[in-house]
Amino acid sequence: MAVLDRDTINAVREGFTRHRLSWIDTLPFLFAALMYFFAARYLPLGTQVMIQVAFALSLDLALGYGGIDSLGHVAFFGMGAYAAGLYALYVSSEPLSGLAVAACIGALTGLVTGPLVLRARGLTVVMLTLAIATMLHELANTSAMKPITGGADGLFGFKIAPVFGMFSFDLYGRTAYWYSLGVVAFVFIICKLVVNSPFGLAVRGMRDNPVRMRMLGVNVTARLVTLYCVSGALAAMAGGLSAQVTKLVGLDSLAFLVSGNALVMLILGGAGRLYGAIVGATVFVALSDRAAAIDPFNWLFAVGGVLILAVRFAPQGIVGLIADWSQRLGWVRR
Amino acid sequence: MLKVAATVAALAVDGVAYGMILFLMSVGLTITLGVMRIANLAHCAFAMAGGYIAFALVRSGYFSLFTALPLAVAATMLIGAGLERSLYRWVYATGQLGQILMTIGLVFVVVATANLLFGSNLNAIALPSWLSQTYFYGSVTISAYRVFIIAVSTGIAGTLWAILEFTDFGARLRAAVDNPRMARCVGIDVPRVFSITFSVGCGLAAAAGILGTQIMPLEPWYALEYLVPVLMVVAVGGLGSLKGSFYAALMLGVVDTFGRYYVPAAGAFIIYLAVLLLLLWRPQGVFARV
Amino acid sequence: MAAPALAIEGISKNFGGLRVSRDISLSLPVGARHALIGPNGAGKTTLVNLISGLLQPSSGRIALDGVDITNLAPERRVGLGLARTFQISSLFPSLTVAENVGLAFEARFGLDRRLWGRVRSRPEIVEGTAALLQSLGLLELARKRVADLPYGQRRLVEIALVLALEPKTLLLDEPAAGLAVSDRGALLDLLLRLPEALTILVIEHDMSLVFRLAQRITVLVEGQVMTEGSVADIRADPRVRDVYLGTRSHG
Repeated sequence: MAVLDRDTINAVREGFTRHRLSWIDTLPFLFAALMYFFAARYLPLGTQVMIQVAFALSLDLALGYGGIDSLGHVAFFGMGAYAAGLYALYVSSEPLSGLAVAACIGALTGLVTGPLVLRARGLTVVMLTLAIATMLHELANTSAMKPITGGADGLFGFKIAPVFGMFSFDLYGRTAYWYSLGVVAFVFIICKLVVNSPFGLAVRGMRDNPVRMRMLGVNVTARLVTLYCVSGALAAMAGGLSAQVTKLVGLDSLAFLVSGNALVMLILGGAGRLYGAIVGATVFVALSDRAAAIDPFNWLFAVGGVLILAVRFAPQGIVGLIADWSQRLGWVRR
Repeated sequence: MLKVAATVAALAVDGVAYGMILFLMSVGLTITLGVMRIANLAHCAFAMAGGYIAFALVRSGYFSLFTALPLAVAATMLIGAGLERSLYRWVYATGQLGQILMTIGLVFVVVATANLLFGSNLNAIALPSWLSQTYFYGSVTISAYRVFIIAVSTGIAGTLWAILEFTDFGARLRAAVDNPRMARCVGIDVPRVFSITFSVGCGLAAAAGILGTQIMPLEPWYALEYLVPVLMVVAVGGLGSLKGSFYAALMLGVVDTFGRYYVPAAGAFIIYLAVLLLLLWRPQGVFARV
Repeated sequence: MAAPALAIEGISKNFGGLRVSRDISLSLPVGARHALIGPNGAGKTTLVNLISGLLQPSSGRIALDGVDITNLAPERRVGLGLARTFQISSLFPSLTVAENVGLAFEARFGLDRRLWGRVRSRPEIVEGTAALLQSLGLLELARKRVADLPYGQRRLVEIALVLALEPKTLLLDEPAAGLAVSDRGALLDLLLRLPEALTILVIEHDMSLVFRLAQRITVLVEGQVMTEGSVADIRADPRVRDVYLGTRSHG
């Protein structure tokens, strides 16, 4: 074999796309920090944004990168929320261990349901994910489960201890805000690591061409289950976070609308690029807060309309449009 | 003992009636999925549209359930045909995700519209007096309405079956379901067959929506509420299989009705668990031709 | 005597009532260059799908280096040294050429389950990809997305992909299909330069390519083996001329 020089190797290395952490990644967090000082009124809203950003990021990993068309991602969110709630109620009010428990339950849910769901292809995946999420929703609502889940009343009455034993959750939601920001940063970094890893490249390959992937000797179902578990753990963290900052877990944390809205956020922002989840969730939650205050059903009308038009005219989402334009204007090179 | 038998009979009638409604609602969807592979999550919105149109007609006082039924079905078919030619055409080539998103968007729009026009209350279409009676045979109680539903749905299902088996259009449709590419090659205008079928499917869903309001009352979230059961019927029956959908719908209706009665603590959970297990056992559908 | 690299014994495949493959037997010694020819619909691609495991045979068995692989999942067969190309290049269109080839290296070294570290900083992936692309003269393509490549180049990239797996047995399903004449020359050069120990089974319609590459040829007609022989035998066989060479214009 011919001897390779450094330049050749470096040239080939450039052929591997990178998603490294750069200064752009700090922007959302800088923005969030600025908001704390200049728009303190909106801290609870900001906390809601962060919960949804974390959830949308987890969905992006499964759907945007892995091509798993999950309509039932709320199953992870809800499992995480109930896990964190029950942990706080019966075991310990310490928040970080609560999140860890939620993440483990999420990963476990992925490990149990993944092999069943991911053997299938296409529409069957959509239906199975939907059926599992609906089943869990019904299960939480049964009178047999009511002593545990609280049924339609939900879980409440639990306390969350101060973060690191120092920062207690205050009435203005300051601690909740920083706490959520920390969780989102953690979720984002995990996503980045996964996307950049050899596994991340394999995931993109599976989305592009699962048959070729098998013919490279890769057990596609097993890798997809791994992805489903990671994504499920992160989604459950988002659910756990929601339980901890709102101190309430209702049946609606397992409702289809949570899955549906996350899909809207992702497609609005742009799937398969992580930033899309951040932008989409931020825009969606901020707008829905304003609009829902005025008229929830008209807001639904607008969301539906935007979704239909987005599929037709902007399938790449907001971030995709920005990337297109900046490329066309020569700001960035491919 | 006799009492148990009476209960079982009454539950069976309820279950079959519910199953028949589910079947009518899912016919259009299974064909859509079978022929064009379009993930149409907005299918139940057409059932709701039909239901609300008939409801508005009956409420106006000029129409009875029976005069409103054909009008509302026709109106829904027109709406369906119009949407198929516009919005659905957009997503034929986008792949599954685009179809899911577009049709969810459509559901949201329909839910909001229904709420705007009819409010968020539960509504049911008023029945003629002879239909709202219950008859007693010894200890057996039978509701006239449910028997009526079973009779009408059986009639529609039979007509459908006859059309599919014995007409030229039926033969072309069966060919298109079996192998769309091959059907195109032998000169069948698959998009046209599909347009007609889509519209008829919307009409059948509308009929289900209209007939079933006493069992499944109208409300804005109707379009989403019954999506999961209908999808389950289609999945268990096997995509594109009418016969499969028929058996699956009956089974779901009966199991759900009995389950809720005898194991109330588990509620609707039983049916979801059953479907999940069935799908794990046969991912292509229990009644699918393999 | 060493076990053959690839042995097929009495393979049949039925689709419903349709018998696509009937009692096919083949044996390829290590380092063989074996061609499979036959008219369209003879079941050639079906046979490659059966060998690679994308289809399950109705009866018969397949062995790789003496190991029975009949009931093995496709990905496990790759692990045993079997690789294939597809009639229509099967690649990852949204990834770059480097990433495509890199994925094959990843799979070979079992790195595809690594959730940590970066692809760019794994020397076995990056340097392996660089060396392979250089040896195939594809270095300039490294940064291009496969979706942006012309068809002929995709063919070469697919071959790079399977070579990265360092297979012992290689199945090529119509490698020259859809290629311009100029590209066919480049492809043939590449195939002739492959390591001698590599066992190759190739399906091809381009007879000049088959006659230059193969040592032995099997003719498949209507799902069964009509004849098998050396290149000279097959060229001389009048039946082959009738069923296959005579109908070439349809190919």
